Amino acid sequence: MTDSLLLIAPVGLPLLGAAVAVLLPHRPRVSEGWTGLVVALTALASIVLFVRSIDGTGPAIAVFGDWPRGIGVGFAARLPGTLLILVVALVATAAAIYARADIGDRRRRAGHDALMLALVGAVNGALLTTDLFNLYVWFELALVAALGLVTIDRRREQIGGAMRYAAFGMIAATAILAGIGLVYGATGTLDMATLAAILPARPPSVALAVAGALILGGFALKSGLAPLHVWLPASYAAAPLTVAAVFAALMTKMGFYALMLVIAGVFGAAAAQLLPVLALLAAATMLLCALAALAQTDMRRLIGYHVVAQVGYMAAGVSLGTAEGLAAATFYMMHSMIVQANLFLGIGAIRRASGSWDLKRAGGMIRSDRLFVALFAVPMLSLAGIPPLSGFWAKLFVLRAGIAAGMGWLSLVALVAALLTIISVASLWVETCWKSRPADRPPRDVPPAMLAGMAVLSAATLAIGLYPEPWWRVAELAAATLKGMGA
Amino acid sequence: MTLIQALAAAAIVACALHMVLSRNLIRILLGLALLSTGINLMLFVAGGIASRQPPLIREGATVLEASADPLAQALILTAIVIGFALTVILAAIVLRGWRATRSLDARALGAVDQPADPDPVEPA
Repeated sequence: MTDSLLLIAPVGLPLLGAAVAVLLPHRPRVSEGWTGLVVALTALASIVLFVRSIDGTGPAIAVFGDWPRGIGVGFAARLPGTLLILVVALVATAAAIYARADIGDRRRRAGHDALMLALVGAVNGALLTTDLFNLYVWFELALVAALGLVTIDRRREQIGGAMRYAAFGMIAATAILAGIGLVYGATGTLDMATLAAILPARPPSVALAVAGALILGGFALKSGLAPLHVWLPASYAAAPLTVAAVFAALMTKMGFYALMLVIAGVFGAAAAQLLPVLALLAAATMLLCALAALAQTDMRRLIGYHVVAQVGYMAAGVSLGTAEGLAAATFYMMHSMIVQANLFLGIGAIRRASGSWDLKRAGGMIRSDRLFVALFAVPMLSLAGIPPLSGFWAKLFVLRAGIAAGMGWLSLVALVAALLTIISVASLWVETCWKSRPADRPPRDVPPAMLAGMAVLSAATLAIGLYPEPWWRVAELAAATLKGMGA
Repeated sequence: MTLIQALAAAAIVACALHMVLSRNLIRILLGLALLSTGINLMLFVAGGIASRQPPLIREGATVLEASADPLAQALILTAIVIGFALTVILAAIVLRGWRATRSLDARALGAVDQPADPDPVEPA
């Protein structure tokens, strides 16, 4: 009983918290405190769940309504889901701290807290569920919460961003639903473990091939793989900064987690023909988005393109089809969620100091705020892949797995894209920190809450970078779990 | 019968995709609503429609014989509810967009692209 409660906690607590937060629209301070409390409790439950899923004492599975396993909808504490739940809790904590300075009373009255908690609950639900259709439901729930968050200020650009987000998100979800329907029609089950056991043994059929392609396409759209990425920088840039940071960490990675789970875990050997397609998508994403990032002068769009480019590296890992590739993708996902969220928080602080999202009007941070620059350097260098930060290890693992799997060309593309990323990061750094400030406006101070939020994520990046071995072992465990889902 | 239903689902999805590609926001909205309808019909076909027997297991038996799969229909009910909710939210966004721009052209709803950005410092 307590095990089931523990499994439900990362989903139930935020959803319950959201229900209460809805009742507090006229009490922004209370709502803020309540959100902090709920996020802290969720983080606690996530840590316990993660630790127990690693040391083997974890609550394996809880099926709701006392159905036998394989029939009813259940939650399972398995890697890589529990690892990502831990990272979600970390990002949510940092966002809650940062929001004290970024999200004002007006946004809280508009329902920011309830929507944010609902988003965290929906993402955690997708990370824990064992049922394909339930996965689709969590995606739609997250989309609803995300649409509310994008449009929270009701500005024109936000309506435009939300329209793009809604149209692309609904088409992706419909493709996924069609794929799930075909899988159900062909096999008669939606339980992931059962599917993983029976799918590879089946003779290739048109229905399953179409289902695999639809699901791959839908999740590729959700996670922003090229050429389906154009909506993402526009939608993320329209959202309030804290929300954009949470989207960058949670939404694309949620799509990518589902892609990895379904293509590598559930379909497994049955999806081997799709992997070369995924490799091409990955290569195109890395190159195109790194190039596009070079051309941006709006900081939000610049980081938005980097968010997508990083998904390309993870897709490259999955497209190798080896356990090492999956482990590299898992490690990359963990690193990338933390770093991308931190980069968004960082440009929010720069905008607070300079008053603009425009790179041309930024500058001089190194003179005005040393502490901020120290905190911002960690995700910047990590994004560029400079040792010993987490991005270096993540890129190294992907490159090594690519060469080991005989896909040297993919590793070469990853290297070229990494070089482009370094150029982009260097120019962002020079523009915001080293360049002298345009004289028209005195710099404003960065609030301590913003720095505290960034410090949480920077500390995590440093910890992973300086001591990567346990995290790599967890990633290898996750890859083994994915490979052995049908066993 | 299955073939007719499958073709109907395909036709609905084709119409929906055509409408989504339009620049008119209302057409996009209706197209997305139609898209979920088409997929629901496809799910319905996937669940088997050959029988009209209620999905009840006879006393003493352990398997369901000669009746449509009830799980597929439960999935459709869920999908209808979700599709409805998303259509309503999208309709609210379209309405908001129309009020902001007095236009139903998707191009009028600009996104954030390379603004010269003299925006107010903090919309708290």
